[in-house]
Amino acid sequence: MKILVPVKRVLDYNVKVRVKSDQSGVDLANVKMSMNPFDEIAVEEATRLKEKGVATEIVAVSIGPAQAKDTIITALTIGADRGILIQTDQDVEPLAVAKLLKAVAETEKPDLIIMGKQAIDGDNNATGQMLSTLLDWPQATFASKVVVENGEAQVTREVDGGLQTLGVKLPAVITTDLRLNEPRYASLPNIMKAKKKPLETKTVADYGVDVTPRLKVLKVTEPPKRSAGKKLADAAELVANLKSAGVL
Amino acid sequence: MAALVIADHDGAHLRDTTHKTVTAALALSSDVDVLVYGEGVKTVAEAASKIAGVRKVLVAESADLKQDIAEDVAALITGLAVNYDAVAIPASASGKNFAPRIAAALDVSLLSDVIEVVDGSTFVRPIYAGNALETVQTSEAKKVLTVRTTAFKAAAEGGSASVETVTAPATKAGTRFISEEKVTSDRPELGAAKIIVSGGRALGSKEEFDAVIDPLADKLGAAVGASRAAVDAGYAPNDYQVGQTGKVVAPELYIAVGISGAIQHLAGMKDSKVIVAINKDPEAPIFSVADYGLVADYKTAIPDLMKALG
Repeated sequence: MKILVPVKRVLDYNVKVRVKSDQSGVDLANVKMSMNPFDEIAVEEATRLKEKGVATEIVAVSIGPAQAKDTIITALTIGADRGILIQTDQDVEPLAVAKLLKAVAETEKPDLIIMGKQAIDGDNNATGQMLSTLLDWPQATFASKVVVENGEAQVTREVDGGLQTLGVKLPAVITTDLRLNEPRYASLPNIMKAKKKPLETKTVADYGVDVTPRLKVLKVTEPPKRSAGKKLADAAELVANLKSAGVL
Repeated sequence: MAALVIADHDGAHLRDTTHKTVTAALALSSDVDVLVYGEGVKTVAEAASKIAGVRKVLVAESADLKQDIAEDVAALITGLAVNYDAVAIPASASGKNFAPRIAAALDVSLLSDVIEVVDGSTFVRPIYAGNALETVQTSEAKKVLTVRTTAFKAAAEGGSASVETVTAPATKAGTRFISEEKVTSDRPELGAAKIIVSGGRALGSKEEFDAVIDPLADKLGAAVGASRAAVDAGYAPNDYQVGQTGKVVAPELYIAVGISGAIQHLAGMKDSKVIVAINKDPEAPIFSVADYGLVADYKTAIPDLMKALG
């Protein structure tokens, strides 16, 4: 069984976001970039399925600038077998990403696509669902447990108010929640091995997908500032303050 | 220009997130219809028909729709979208599950987690865990948006919309429902609560979490929330999680107990009206957003607080 894992290079989750003063976007110059945390979980899950003998090959794919190669190498370090970089300097929106991934899926013919439920930059939570729709494959989003057997993935999903378990016929698209697993740390031998794994570079034109943005970003601003309030001496003073603020 | 709002409900009760989504839709169109899907949802449809400003309520009933399978729900709504210029969906886990499918099927981009409707084609949405706000303009003929309901006021009651039945398209066999496990609680729902008491890693164990947070929440009639650290450590169930990857809440009062205040947690609660932090570390980032802070060990602060509340 072949698994395709889309991965995205994003601003590291620990970095404090700075909005550019001209309101054109977020400052990404000279800041630490990493693999989107949800995607790391997706690669880990695929790797575990390979270690269990369920999967035979894992292909990591990323769409982005030349530096996204590093993100693919991270995936190869965790356990992916080879990588595909679709290189573009354009900001590619979720719908266009889904279209590119559909084209990749049509040539690679994976049995399963595992990807993060959302990227921590755009916070869209859309690409997996869109890809599943375009491919006309079943979807199981926000997965906290995945069991693959008999041509089906049984996926436990995090829903409002609890958990839901669905069975999706393969091929299918699964998106990962944080609870699915704990990604492993890269060992030095694996880092060395990853550098020798195949990594193909493609362009958007190779797939014939129009990635022109449909949304025009008029501005990016800082949210209203919330400033620190008062530190109080004790619980009695707290209750008095809450009463006068009208929330108790 | 007409807009369709997808109702959020638990099968028996309409959630006020529906009213809030109606408010967002009314900013786009004066002709707002509401779709209620599920099984045995007559009372929910009646409640939806009483929302002020609603023109018509559409009801789709089937056993499949009750299970909230994204493929089925999206097929139903995509079919109905022919008659609308905009589809507005509450940004719940359920809404986030099917909304992108509708956008993809219509070949339009999704506007997710909208916090402000500037005009018919311009929207504001948070990015980077709420650390930046993006104003986007779309030229799509149809707008598909999910609504960050905490950012909108609930539409008032007082409407008298007509109720119509619609038929859901036949469903596909690719996905089967196996089971569900709902967390039952007598407390208010996290998304709708006026007061939330949230616990963090400092509580140290599930027993301690329950022993400290629950009585305070009960005293205040509050919902219980948790930080990711507390959920990961097993102190609280997953659906208690407040933050970028959990629920986004904006209650009147948010009390954070033993929560340091990581970026991802702040993303889920910093729009609360009043924030209280109880933490023994005076340097904890939570104090930078808290209106009132107690630098104290929760072990003494919470009993004191219970006493002070009388």
